[in-house]
Amino acid sequence: MTLRARTWLCAAGALGVAVLLVTAFLRMPEFGGTLHLYRDLALPAAIARATPNLVSSVNFDLRALDTLGEETIVAAAVVGTLSLLQPSPAERERIEPQRGYVMPVVKLAGYLMLPVTLLLGIDVVVHGHLTPGGGFQGGVVLATGWHLLYISGSYPALKRLRPIDWCEYAEAAATGLYVVAGLAGLVIGGAFLANVLPKGEFGSLLSAGTVPVLSVLIGIEVAAGLVVLLARFLGQGLIREEDP
Amino acid sequence: MACYGVAGWLLLIGAIGIVRSRHLVHTVVSLSVAQAGTYVLLLGIGYQDRAGAPIVVQDQRRPVVDPMVQAMTLTDIVVSATITALLLGLTIQISKRHGTVDPDELRALRG
Amino acid sequence: MTTIVLLVALAFVAVAGFAVVATPDPRRQAITLSLFSLCLALLFVALQAPDVALSELAVGSAVVPLLVLLTIRKVGGR
Repeated sequence: MTLRARTWLCAAGALGVAVLLVTAFLRMPEFGGTLHLYRDLALPAAIARATPNLVSSVNFDLRALDTLGEETIVAAAVVGTLSLLQPSPAERERIEPQRGYVMPVVKLAGYLMLPVTLLLGIDVVVHGHLTPGGGFQGGVVLATGWHLLYISGSYPALKRLRPIDWCEYAEAAATGLYVVAGLAGLVIGGAFLANVLPKGEFGSLLSAGTVPVLSVLIGIEVAAGLVVLLARFLGQGLIREEDP
Repeated sequence: MACYGVAGWLLLIGAIGIVRSRHLVHTVVSLSVAQAGTYVLLLGIGYQDRAGAPIVVQDQRRPVVDPMVQAMTLTDIVVSATITALLLGLTIQISKRHGTVDPDELRALRG
Repeated sequence: MTTIVLLVALAFVAVAGFAVVATPDPRRQAITLSLFSLCLALLFVALQAPDVALSELAVGSAVVPLLVLLTIRKVGGR
């Protein structure tokens, strides 16, 4: 099918979907309205478990099982990408670390930003139950911060400081420990991923029971997974093209 | 209503982008635009006028927006990022195997 | 006031989303995608979702464009 015919067909389909969407939107609860059944249930539950951040409460306590499923998707996607981007033996011979010129200012900025970003990432992860943030966001910040070393132009330094093997182990371990935490809830609390730890004082760092624990586990998993992913993509760039 | 409209718009425009794409990376990026429509829709459902962010104090009086849809969106974003990575990895493999990333040429190769 | 902020943010997102799809060169798309994510993050703040905004900011405007750029370096642009 030519691009033109395809576009027309797609436009017709899009028009149909648009009509369906508008009819659906017209029957949906009004935007900005006060009808929020889940909110009305989640709010008292989160306060009873001393979790000020309702989103973290939903993610790591009330609907922690969903997060386990999501974590599994992330792990599976990372494994899939790793096997797709595994350099073949022939490619491995053509790997050459390249070193371009990087402005000293950029280098300095990279090195200065690195500790700040890593600290910020850890802060976002461990305060996930109190302030906006949590394992997902903090994990991404950590993984990105690590790669500031790449912007600083020192791929060798990045390679030395990036224990890829350990990241892979950490990812697997965090995923496994999440299940272990769930089983502990099953044994002690009678339900998978039940919040069995002491809830503590509302608003303090060590509170909300298992929420910060699961948040930290997710943080490790996401950070390690992204570091491994980025490493593979960066590694692909180092393979010299075959001479035609 | 405008919020739902923008959600639908992103979904459709992303789909059209996928269909009209001449480069697999463009296809993957268009898919992530379509997926952004789901974020806007979910957050639009949970929004309430004059309500605060879902970070509460112990005796919360002010209404807050729905945290449930926000948690779902959060999950959605992270999954979307890793799926994008997976698709980009596939793109690299396709380029290695077939030497092209144009979907039309790929069909000609019956790859 | 909030309504105006919301409408402006929604308009930005709609336009930026179109710009991402309408950019044929994937190399430039990495930049428009980054800007689109920024607009989305602003919209999410206006929708009272700081958690989601943070996540979108980190994932959408940093990690995904970086992956796109790295992929293009490998497979070549148009």
